[in-house]
Amino acid sequence: MKPFQYLRPKTVQEAVTMATDNPEAQYIAGGTNLVDLMKRGIASPSKLIDINHLPLKKIEHRYDRLRIGALVLNSDLAQHKAVLTRQPLLAQALLAGASGQLRNMATVGGNLLQRTRCSYFYDLALPCNKRKPGAGCGAEEGINRTHAIFFAGNGFGGIEKSSCIAVHPSDMCVALTALETTVVINGPDGERRVMMKDFHRLSTQQPELDTNLGPGELVTAIEVVDNAFAKHSHYLKVRDRASYAFALVSVAAALQMDGGRIWDARMALGGVAHKPWRYWSIDLMLRGQVPSEKLFREVAEHEMEGAKATAQNAFKIKLASNAMVAALKTAAGIS
Amino acid sequence: MNRKSLDNPSDNSLSRVDGAVKVTGTATYSAEYVVPELAHAVLVTSTIAKGSITAIESQEAEAAPGVLAVISHLNAIEVPGWPARKQPAERAPVGTAFRVFYDPLIYFDGQPVAMVVAGTREQAVHAASLVRVTYRKEIHQTHFEKNTSKAGIPLNVQRAKNSPFQDYARGDAAALTNAEVRIEAEYTIPTQHHQPLEPHAIIAVWEADDKLTVYDKNQGVKSAQGQLAQAFKLPREKVQVVATYIGGAFGSGIRVWPHTMAAVMAAKQVKRPVKLVLGREQMFTSVGYRPYTVQKLTLGASKTGQLAGIMHEGTGQTSAYEEHLERTVLASRALYASAYAATRYRLLPLDVNTPTWMRGPGDATGMFALESAMDELAFALKMDPLEFRLKNYAESDPERNLPWSAKSLRECYELGAEKFGWKNRMQEPRSVKRGGMLLGSGMASSLYGFHRHPSKARALMQADGSVIVQSATMDIGPGTGTAMTRIAAKVLGVNAKKIRFELGHSALPDAPGQNGSSTIPSVGSAVHVVCEALKSKLVTLAGEMSERFRSGGQPVVRNGQVFSSGEDKEGINYSDILKYHQLKELEVTEESKSGAERDQYSMYSFGCHFVEVEVDPLTGEVRVTRVVTCADVGTIINYKTARSQSIGGVVGGIGMALMEHSAMDHRFGRYVTNDFASYHIPVHADVPPIEVYYIDKPDVHVNPIGSKGLGEIAIVGVAGAIANAVFHATGKRVRELPITPDKLI
Repeated sequence: MKPFQYLRPKTVQEAVTMATDNPEAQYIAGGTNLVDLMKRGIASPSKLIDINHLPLKKIEHRYDRLRIGALVLNSDLAQHKAVLTRQPLLAQALLAGASGQLRNMATVGGNLLQRTRCSYFYDLALPCNKRKPGAGCGAEEGINRTHAIFFAGNGFGGIEKSSCIAVHPSDMCVALTALETTVVINGPDGERRVMMKDFHRLSTQQPELDTNLGPGELVTAIEVVDNAFAKHSHYLKVRDRASYAFALVSVAAALQMDGGRIWDARMALGGVAHKPWRYWSIDLMLRGQVPSEKLFREVAEHEMEGAKATAQNAFKIKLASNAMVAALKTAAGIS
Repeated sequence: MNRKSLDNPSDNSLSRVDGAVKVTGTATYSAEYVVPELAHAVLVTSTIAKGSITAIESQEAEAAPGVLAVISHLNAIEVPGWPARKQPAERAPVGTAFRVFYDPLIYFDGQPVAMVVAGTREQAVHAASLVRVTYRKEIHQTHFEKNTSKAGIPLNVQRAKNSPFQDYARGDAAALTNAEVRIEAEYTIPTQHHQPLEPHAIIAVWEADDKLTVYDKNQGVKSAQGQLAQAFKLPREKVQVVATYIGGAFGSGIRVWPHTMAAVMAAKQVKRPVKLVLGREQMFTSVGYRPYTVQKLTLGASKTGQLAGIMHEGTGQTSAYEEHLERTVLASRALYASAYAATRYRLLPLDVNTPTWMRGPGDATGMFALESAMDELAFALKMDPLEFRLKNYAESDPERNLPWSAKSLRECYELGAEKFGWKNRMQEPRSVKRGGMLLGSGMASSLYGFHRHPSKARALMQADGSVIVQSATMDIGPGTGTAMTRIAAKVLGVNAKKIRFELGHSALPDAPGQNGSSTIPSVGSAVHVVCEALKSKLVTLAGEMSERFRSGGQPVVRNGQVFSSGEDKEGINYSDILKYHQLKELEVTEESKSGAERDQYSMYSFGCHFVEVEVDPLTGEVRVTRVVTCADVGTIINYKTARSQSIGGVVGGIGMALMEHSAMDHRFGRYVTNDFASYHIPVHADVPPIEVYYIDKPDVHVNPIGSKGLGEIAIVGVAGAIANAVFHATGKRVRELPITPDKLI
């Protein structure tokens, strides 16, 4: 590990100033991802700005939304009463991620900024466009069983060959995407708000960038607006073992139902793209419909039309489709 | 938890004698010894699979803070036991263990090419990142399927006419060719790594120019002592190896690996004690693995289910420089009464590091294939898989034409089937559902050869009547000290709390390493024998103290006392015996080994596993929901620790069947699964209730304690039972491990 300087700011403003002045500086909170990256030589910040003492640890419900501080621990968030009652999908997704020990350290802000677990990204001896732009993508013709099947932007346009086929690893972010969360960011130019769909990037250009955070910018909170999905939402994670594994495919499904019909629907997928993959037309397809396996199968197959497999992950197309059906059925309460 | 068998009222098992120090973190593991002047080493490993080093730029690393040395083939000390280096370097002939920092040649990706030694580990890690190695690459071959034409009879086998790995056949091959019902199938297991949670680690201390002490994670202090003494041309007693506590090994510690040599060489070179701890990613290329193996099984039977023939062919991967052979195909000769049986074993050398023994070596691999094939044939015969096995039960060893020393496999099948509820099983695959999940059950047999090696033990009775028992045996997890304490307590008639068993140090009496399920059979026998000898000394000494012993009764020991007979109400305390005879202590050393019985009987441990799985029909996820495992290993020494060992074996089998897979990118010849995020082993949520049962009848022919090995049969067969249960649940036969969701949807 490269020697680094350790800094501990007392205010958000002080932290942002420290980071803005030092392009090689990085914020550290729980460190559950960054420390690994530093040990493996993938991240080598010259300064570590420890933000753990900043006042960003509150969960509060104000007006029409839940505001969650960036330093709230994943484990605290998953068992917070307001989350369990208003946004159970978020709690489910949090508990599907990592292990109890990691959730006790990991923060909301850090979870948003998790880097991919692609093996090529993690090994300095192998080529990776994300780690070293222009070096080539090792996974494209290599071991890519767990890699992406969606590449182009948000359902617009066709399929593009990507410069990076890694997937985003977070479970929390999949639920937050389905719930249309807002990310609150503080930076050299003050505070700004970004929708989840615009927070993470696709890898078509500059795969080294996972998010649209600018230099020195710091995530300070997320905001989830109240909704009517609490009774009919489900997070389904498919993985190679029962716990403590990244998703092969995950689905965050949220339905608003009344009188046996669906009136609103949101869905996002994990493990399939460089960012949490939002299913945009689902509300149009489901609105006013009576839930059935046949209907959900049609919806799933519609969504998978844009998918494109690499040599080892064709199974994900069927798996994602099946997982969507299973998650929607559970959310709708049909068997 | 399975209370049923834990609540066995007749069981008075000992809890682990070292349980308290382990759970309180006060047990000292290899990397934890406090040694003055300790320097820290970090390995730099190759990033190509074949070729040679053309340059090592180490100036920047050498100039980094705290760095004592950057060691490579360019400046490493001569190891006196190795042949002098050749110029130019030549590839070593097959059968040569890899010599670290010996020459510029690269044999496998991940090979140590340099080592940084510094004052702190952090300094060494940083400096290691500054070492620049350049290579001349040669075309490597790491892809098994693309190189199968290069597989051949191992040189070891070609040279040894009586090698057990020679091609084998008994009976008439036509019986198989003409069988009424036949199946033929190919089974693949990928490379799998031991990956014990404690990484391999060593502290090497040169106490003097000719005196070496190493604290090293290994499974055999005596063999490590011998190998290090040979390498450094020292008398054995000038080398001491200490490995008291080991955080799991599963076979990864049987050999003295290159990193151990590297640390010892470095300590000599920098003239300071050196500690080296392997990184998790280095554990994938430094300490062996279960080799990639492809097997073809051809089985035939009559319509009524009588086996007509078994043909088992297996090809395992090895390195380009060493042959690693294992028992892959051998079980097929002995397990079932088949008139015709034939086996063929081949090795495929590739540009990888050498595989090694991993729990149930060969047998776990082979029995996955054999027991899957038996299930396939039973299905083809429309026969219950257990009934099919019982119908072909071997009453004597069909390979050696010898009686079994003891075999209670039938009782295992019956007990396991009863506890599992096998008789209620619907035969039709994909016919049972539970809560939307496909439910399946499968079973498999298990066997493992009996190994007993000459072993010594010393018993020292102290003045206060307490006893120290010593042997240079090991504990990689099964609870060796606990079992030995139990044996000693029983023979000597003393409370286990008055006994201390010492192991894991090369200065102790000779014992084999912990491998091949041989510890209880070998060292357990030595402890029994030495305690018997101590007992008879005590009885003799007591006899000189009291008239009562001259009445001709048979003296007995209990509660730390000697009695002149079973009826005698008044005993003599051990401590009083020593006091009376003015002895500070009483010492006995004995050796125990096998004799002529080896040629008179065929000796195996046996067992079987019954497994229930749930498979999600939409996602293809498999969860093992219940396991009943039953073993016939003769006398159970200590039920509680034995049960843990059986549970551990099943957990290992779950990993083998459902998740463990070291994936290599063959363009680079490099593993891409090189951490615990990508190499999956079972977590608690993957482990269901596991019921463990033993027949617990002594095998009177194998040794004085009537006990056979348990470590291997605990895992052998488990993967087959799971694969069979998955077939029963889904109707899909997966012949390539691991059984992951992509293979089932």
